[in-house]
Amino acid sequence: MSNVNSHLADRKYFIGGFFILVVIIYIVRLFYIQLIDDQYKIGADKNALRRTTEYAVRGYIFDRKGKILVYNEPSYDLMIVPRETKGCDTLGLCAILEITKEEYLKRIKKACQHPNSARKESIFEKQLSKETYAILQEKLFRFKGFFFQKRAIRKYPKPIAAHLMGYVGEVSKEKAKKDPYYREGDYIGKSGIELSYEEALRGQKGVQYQITDVNNKTVGRYMKGKYDTLAISGKPLYSSIDAELQEYGEKLMRGKKGAIVAIEPSTGEILCLISSPTYDPNSLVSGKERNKSFARMYADTINVPLFNRALTAMYPPGSTFKLIDALIAQNDGVINRSTFYPCQMGYPPMGGKPKCHSHGGGKSLVGSIAVSCNSYYSYVFRDIVDQRKYPNFVDGYTHWRDMVKTFGPGTRLGTDLPYDKPGNVPSVEYYNKVFGKGGWRSNTIVSLGIGQAELTLVPLQMANVVAIIANKGFYYTPHCIKGVGKEKYLDPKFKEKHYAGVQKQEYYDIVIEGMEGALQPGGTAFASRLKDIVVCGKTGTAQNPHGKDHAVFLAFAPKENPKIVIACLVENAGFGGVWSAPIVTLLMEKYLKGKTDRPEIEKRIMEANLINGSILITDDID
Amino acid sequence: MQSRGQNSLFYGVDRLTILLYVIMVLFGWLNIYAAVYNEAHSNIFDMTQKYGKQLLWMAGAAVIAFSVLLIDADFFTAFAYVFYGVMIVANILVRLVGREIKGSHSWFEIGDFRLQPAEFIKFSMALALAKFLSNQQIAINTQFRLRWRDLVKNYKNTFIALAIILIPLVLVKKLQDETGLALVFIAFFIVLYREGLSVGVLMIGMLVAILFVVALVVANTMSVLISLGVLALLSFLIIPRNGKNLLMVGLVFVMAAGVVLGSNYVYKKLEPHQKDRIDVLLGNKKDLKGVGYNVDQSKKAIGSGGFFGKGYLQGTQTKYDFVPEQETDFIFCTVGEEWGFFGSTIVIFLELFLILRVIFLSERQRSSFSRIYGYGVASILFFHLAVNIGMTIGLMPVIGIPLPFFSYGGSSLWSFTILLFIFIKLDANRLLILR
Repeated sequence: MSNVNSHLADRKYFIGGFFILVVIIYIVRLFYIQLIDDQYKIGADKNALRRTTEYAVRGYIFDRKGKILVYNEPSYDLMIVPRETKGCDTLGLCAILEITKEEYLKRIKKACQHPNSARKESIFEKQLSKETYAILQEKLFRFKGFFFQKRAIRKYPKPIAAHLMGYVGEVSKEKAKKDPYYREGDYIGKSGIELSYEEALRGQKGVQYQITDVNNKTVGRYMKGKYDTLAISGKPLYSSIDAELQEYGEKLMRGKKGAIVAIEPSTGEILCLISSPTYDPNSLVSGKERNKSFARMYADTINVPLFNRALTAMYPPGSTFKLIDALIAQNDGVINRSTFYPCQMGYPPMGGKPKCHSHGGGKSLVGSIAVSCNSYYSYVFRDIVDQRKYPNFVDGYTHWRDMVKTFGPGTRLGTDLPYDKPGNVPSVEYYNKVFGKGGWRSNTIVSLGIGQAELTLVPLQMANVVAIIANKGFYYTPHCIKGVGKEKYLDPKFKEKHYAGVQKQEYYDIVIEGMEGALQPGGTAFASRLKDIVVCGKTGTAQNPHGKDHAVFLAFAPKENPKIVIACLVENAGFGGVWSAPIVTLLMEKYLKGKTDRPEIEKRIMEANLINGSILITDDID
Repeated sequence: MQSRGQNSLFYGVDRLTILLYVIMVLFGWLNIYAAVYNEAHSNIFDMTQKYGKQLLWMAGAAVIAFSVLLIDADFFTAFAYVFYGVMIVANILVRLVGREIKGSHSWFEIGDFRLQPAEFIKFSMALALAKFLSNQQIAINTQFRLRWRDLVKNYKNTFIALAIILIPLVLVKKLQDETGLALVFIAFFIVLYREGLSVGVLMIGMLVAILFVVALVVANTMSVLISLGVLALLSFLIIPRNGKNLLMVGLVFVMAAGVVLGSNYVYKKLEPHQKDRIDVLLGNKKDLKGVGYNVDQSKKAIGSGGFFGKGYLQGTQTKYDFVPEQETDFIFCTVGEEWGFFGSTIVIFLELFLILRVIFLSERQRSSFSRIYGYGVASILFFHLAVNIGMTIGLMPVIGIPLPFFSYGGSSLWSFTILLFIFIKLDANRLLILR
């Protein structure tokens, strides 16, 4: 017995060794899952921690006179914990929500998609209407497994300034992934002020961590509330918008496509910013309705109501651009007050092209602005570009372009609204490409001098040009928020003066004289003059290759110590003097006097419907 | 040879083994308390709670331990087969009078307390096997030769030994549907190995097992068969090409092919939940809601423990019932989560240390009965340790067997206590045998 046992006794080492080997493998595995691999830790936290979000109250926005532009209204989401819906009055719920049983089951299935999610809450129906909420709240005890989550949606007391305000919507998946502040389902500013001031407006949401058991029952606070935070309300915004002016401007623009931008030149504050056609901002606040409104507005390819023309539609400035030419030419010393150029219903050296209208023959500088002579500015453009000091004409053109850019065109102004476009001042390279190097002369591109061809500006830039003239040489970057929060903080970049390339006051005085003349007998906007306010303006008729010309009018008032500058563009309306000038002067009256006393003009404008279905220029050129 | 205290209860008893046993039972109870803990019932004697009941089971275990030490060691040797027979009968009876719980008739119920006779077969099997093998001159076949005429003569004892193991296995599996408990009896093959079972037989067994698993992992049976064929052909490059070898290789190939095809057949015959368990383990299927859920939650609980754990009673996963069966089969999750890598390692080392101690003690026995019984104890404990912890960390399929001395449950605690203390008694008696 012991004989056999002796040679089998060695097997104890194999057995013991095998046991030890298995234990070592297990310990290595434990080492890996407990100390190296994080995935289990994360999974465990997801299991047991419930984040309860306390949403911060989004900041209100006020107009320059303290009127509320937007506030919040409570809204309720219907939440569900699928596992707890046993004994729920399903049919009753379907009837109240007006959904079918199939839809109900589909949503339950969706709520159960992720592992363990049958025990977790998810949204069953977003943003219940007040009526539905009222009915549901009374009968909620019958709907086991359902409860409400309070949210807030935006509410606009007046249906104005939709483009300015922008809207709030659910954060996109990509954004939620990139920015740790957001989780799917959170609200975020999507455009306009809501977007550019998102961080101030949103405040800081509060988060509470609670420990839950496997049935998602709360069993206590995580780490005794060590990581919990309280919600901090969003900051109020004090905007420079004049709600009354905005509303009045929108009324005037009804039935017309186009844009109006009004700025206070001494500060750069935007007084109103209108893009027409517009829409009721209240139609984009709640999820269901928003989808419908969006679909409708997207489908409207003729009016493109979602498109903010004031910031993003690039229009040729037309004759209004002559103001800049006049300033540059004086500054270069190539013309002065007494410079006279002929006009024979057009620019004589090119056989009458560009064409001009009948205004009684050649003019001197002041008169040329008042009557907006195309021939005059064709000469002026060539005077600037073909100056002797630039032996190469291309250098002359570059000089002109650089000077133009100091007035704003060609670069984004950097306002506090998102998505403004830079406009276009064509580059030398562009023309080399089109005509070939050396294949173009000043005459080739002479229509730039009268604000046509490839030259484009967005309405905001047009208003800014007038602001420079009203200020006689400088501007503040236009902005629509005067102060953020109770301390009314203003970004220092909006307090910084920007200087245009022309600084001599007398050059501006001559141009302003011409602009004043435009609203005097013989001027292009004589019909829109005001009795008691001296308005200085410039009409423009921007040729539009796609249809009838756009009517442009730029103006400021009063002449001494200007309080307001306005740029107005009405698409496909023809002469600037006929449509845009009256709109601008009506707005000026409203702003400066608080009322208008030209009811017949007001009536004519308000009743006019100029939308004829043409297409506007939206494509970038550069 | 007479010395002071020879007649005392603890004479010759291995105190280290008892110390390890006591430490594990107490630490186990702490973890059961943590796993079941809720603030409404924090009184440790609350008999409506499992930790309260476990205290009773522990008191019972102490009584059993003392009783075993009181009984004469010869009694166990003499009545080994009687124990075995009684347990077989009890396990058949439970099918008839037992209470049905979760679909299997495997519990005797007395008031609030339940006992599972299948747990108690273990020690009776160990006794019976020890008695049978120690009675033989050459216990079981030690050589692996295929000689048909010697087969019956050489393998007779082996077959009887196998029968002692397989009868309860089939009984528990077929009558009570307790797959986990039935599989535990496989551990006795370690005993057979120690007592001389041919390495060849074991190797073939293991190769068959490996091939079986490979055939399941590689879903395409044909590719496995082709690989085997290629292997068979390649083998001729290294061995002499003669008729005998050709026959041998051909035979091995046919057998291997049989195993491969058989694995698919067996797999198809399995119950759906058993298929799922195998699939989840082999990675053929990812199912976090069903079978995979237990393992997934278990890994999360253990994995979130870190080095020193979350602290006693601080575990979020186990305390709030994310892990199913956390006080019984998945008790190791509580250890892993609340005591971390540090505590988990200590628990595994405690178990390993006890097992190695039992092996060490077995090897110093002069009676082969005691030695074989000791190996039975060590093998059973090891099988439980390996399968239970392996399952909680995803290295083994989910087979519901308890972690010795840690898991909640009277049957398992009492069964392990009897198992261990009979050995302690046998060991204490070793010096008296020579007298």
